Amino acid sequence: MLEQAFVGTRKYYGLLAGLGFLIALGALGYYQQLTTGLGITGMGRDVSWGFYIAQFTYLVGVAASAVMVVLPLYLHNYKAFARIAILGEFLAVAAVTMCLLFIVADLGRPDRLFNIIKYPTPGSVLFWDMVVLNGYLILNIVIGWNVLEAERNDTKYKPWVKYLIYVSIPWAVSIHTVTAFLYAGLPGRGFWLTAVMAPRFLASAFAAGPSLLILLCLLVRAFTKFDPGREQIQTLAKVVTYAILVNIFLFFCEIFTVFYSQIPEHMMHFKYLFVGLEGKGQLVPFMWFSMVGMIVAALAMVVPKVRENENTLAWACGLIILTTYIDKGLGLISAGFIPNPLEHITEYWPTGLEAMITLGIWATGFFILTVLYKIAVSIKEEVRA
Amino acid sequence: MGINRREFLRLAGLSTLLGLGGKTAFELLAPGQLEAQQYVPEPGAFKAKRWAMVVDMRKLDEKTAHKCINACHLTHNVPDIANPVNPAAAVSPEEQVRFRIKWLWKEDFHNAFPGDEHDNLQEKLHHMKFLVLCNHCDNPPCVRVCPTKATFRRPDGMVMMDMHRCIGCRYCMAACPFGARSFNWRDPRPYIKEVNLNYPTREIGVVEKCTFCDERLSKGQMPACVEASGGALIFGDLGDPKSKVRDQLRTYFTLRRKAHLGTYPQVYYIV
Amino acid sequence: MDHNGNYKNEFGWFADKPKVPKKLFNFKAVFIGVVIFVVLVTSPLWKNLGQIIPGPDPQLNTAAIMKLPEKDRTCVESKEYMRANHMLLLGEWRDEVVRDANRDYVNSKGKKYLASLSNNCMECHSNKSQFCDQCHNYVAVVPNCWGCHWEKEKEKKQVAQSEAK
Repeated sequence: MLEQAFVGTRKYYGLLAGLGFLIALGALGYYQQLTTGLGITGMGRDVSWGFYIAQFTYLVGVAASAVMVVLPLYLHNYKAFARIAILGEFLAVAAVTMCLLFIVADLGRPDRLFNIIKYPTPGSVLFWDMVVLNGYLILNIVIGWNVLEAERNDTKYKPWVKYLIYVSIPWAVSIHTVTAFLYAGLPGRGFWLTAVMAPRFLASAFAAGPSLLILLCLLVRAFTKFDPGREQIQTLAKVVTYAILVNIFLFFCEIFTVFYSQIPEHMMHFKYLFVGLEGKGQLVPFMWFSMVGMIVAALAMVVPKVRENENTLAWACGLIILTTYIDKGLGLISAGFIPNPLEHITEYWPTGLEAMITLGIWATGFFILTVLYKIAVSIKEEVRA
Repeated sequence: MGINRREFLRLAGLSTLLGLGGKTAFELLAPGQLEAQQYVPEPGAFKAKRWAMVVDMRKLDEKTAHKCINACHLTHNVPDIANPVNPAAAVSPEEQVRFRIKWLWKEDFHNAFPGDEHDNLQEKLHHMKFLVLCNHCDNPPCVRVCPTKATFRRPDGMVMMDMHRCIGCRYCMAACPFGARSFNWRDPRPYIKEVNLNYPTREIGVVEKCTFCDERLSKGQMPACVEASGGALIFGDLGDPKSKVRDQLRTYFTLRRKAHLGTYPQVYYIV
Repeated sequence: MDHNGNYKNEFGWFADKPKVPKKLFNFKAVFIGVVIFVVLVTSPLWKNLGQIIPGPDPQLNTAAIMKLPEKDRTCVESKEYMRANHMLLLGEWRDEVVRDANRDYVNSKGKKYLASLSNNCMECHSNKSQFCDQCHNYVAVVPNCWGCHWEKEKEKKQVAQSEAK
């Protein structure tokens, strides 16, 4: 099957070359970071996690959302999704790879990366995150590959694959739960200290991930002879609709608890995000755009006419991806550190180099995604030909 | 099958030995192991069941506080990012804040004890500079989250850093409710004007913090800040009812930072 | 436009298929690849072919060692043991000192030493570039001790130089 990755049109190679260029730029930036230290980022002693960890968190959600295709197909026997399950699984592979790369990019001493395995510490959530992320990556590669190969050979996949698929369903939930637990169990960080962190992570993930998948399906249809199918896209759209509504609901649950209890340690971070503190509030416009945009998109998705028209659907999905990205990828991590536990306010904004490295990792993910989708789509075309 | 009875017994015996003896068997077989070698604490090392510190703010004026900080930072080669050895290494004021390394430092009352201030505080509290440091908590969240046990709690209560093992994930910095941990965002050496050749520096990419001067205690010396404080900092063993720290805690009302979080800080403040 | 799976688009760019070779194995390409690989991997051998590179010759004649009476001029363990295992021993020292507060090492003969690279080993072996670096360079290993632990000799020289100015 791999041979399909090496034969393509000039546009295919052009896309890969473009991504390769961005990867090279990112690698250059990373070399700079390796030699002079993480000081090249905008992080500091007060905001000690930044853009990298935020991307990681967002992408764990994208990866986990593959379950929204896998679960209806294998547990409810919703046959329509057989057509696009591979797209979901390969998206998960690319997303988890990016997650792992972002973690490595964030480490001060990547040369000692394997200390996590050399001195395993089950008491640390980060140890479990390493376990579930790597496990999920392997599961999706093995499952996706086997199912696709079976489809190509016009046979049924081997029986043991079925068990792996069953394992992969709760596993998908676990990766985002464990990631939420990274933040939700820290005594001094009022912003993150909430039991709805994991549910909210899952809700926003199941909105953002399938939104991205819808856009990818539309792209695949526009640029290849393989059509993921209208029904499939419509079912995904319904998943997105419910998930984004739950996400907004959980956000207001959080707002209620924080502002009705009036506990300052919890309130001050929300105040920083939405009105600013002591004149510092560079995220304020972003957060308002994110929340208003998310609500607008959710309401739009509820209207059948908007959802059923693939043009408006694409716009709504794009808006959901953007607004959840601002919420999770920009606000969530830095606001946990602002104000710091001593109530000093130091703001954070990623530097150019940091953005370049980040872009390089995204490009790596899309490089993998392009190659995997190329393989999947070529085989789908071949089977249908 | 090419295996006779004798060979089978030999193999069986060997595998039992490896199985039962496990580690010992491997060590016997491993070359270069010496039998009699062992490790012991230095003679005269201070020992305790539970180290703790009392900061007596009545005796701690700003000058003394500076003396303590200087003593600590000189002893441990803590870089001063604002004062590079070579002016070429100077960084912007904004970067000085971001890159700063703190083992022992000063905070105002409302930063050291957020939530405990009110509008009509005793006048002197507005001017007091509280010395803050790692609290060497009894239930340290930094230790709980560390994925490599690079930070760990010693039986005598000291929360230690193993700079050789730290991978620089900074999870401990997110977990610490006291901001007591600093990360090496860049090479610290260009920012250490006066060096103590008997104590190492750190490298790029690891986290560091106060260690209650474990290297001094093991030589039978009090922590550097305690020695420089002229009695304003009291250090000792909470497990010993006759110790000076126990006496202070018995006699005076003391505060701990963010006690409600359940980390059980072991630095106490007399105001 | 039929959306139910039979959509066709002639502008497809994943789609317009060049011939897919049945096998990936192309003898000529693989052979050239293997040759390039072998040459690259063995390039250090070719580069150093015919050159005589002198072996390391660490010296034990530092002032601190020469000051000692002849019979006390021994390391914490035998020369053979140290030559083979000094890195393991230092790793053990590191863990014992940092993690268990055991700062003294009792050697196989029962003699006690301070378990410290900078404050004990390097007091005698103060000739780091001669004693440590020479061998490490020869076998191409880069121990990262010196990122944190001071090279005292070098630092003292620098201080002396700056004071002389």
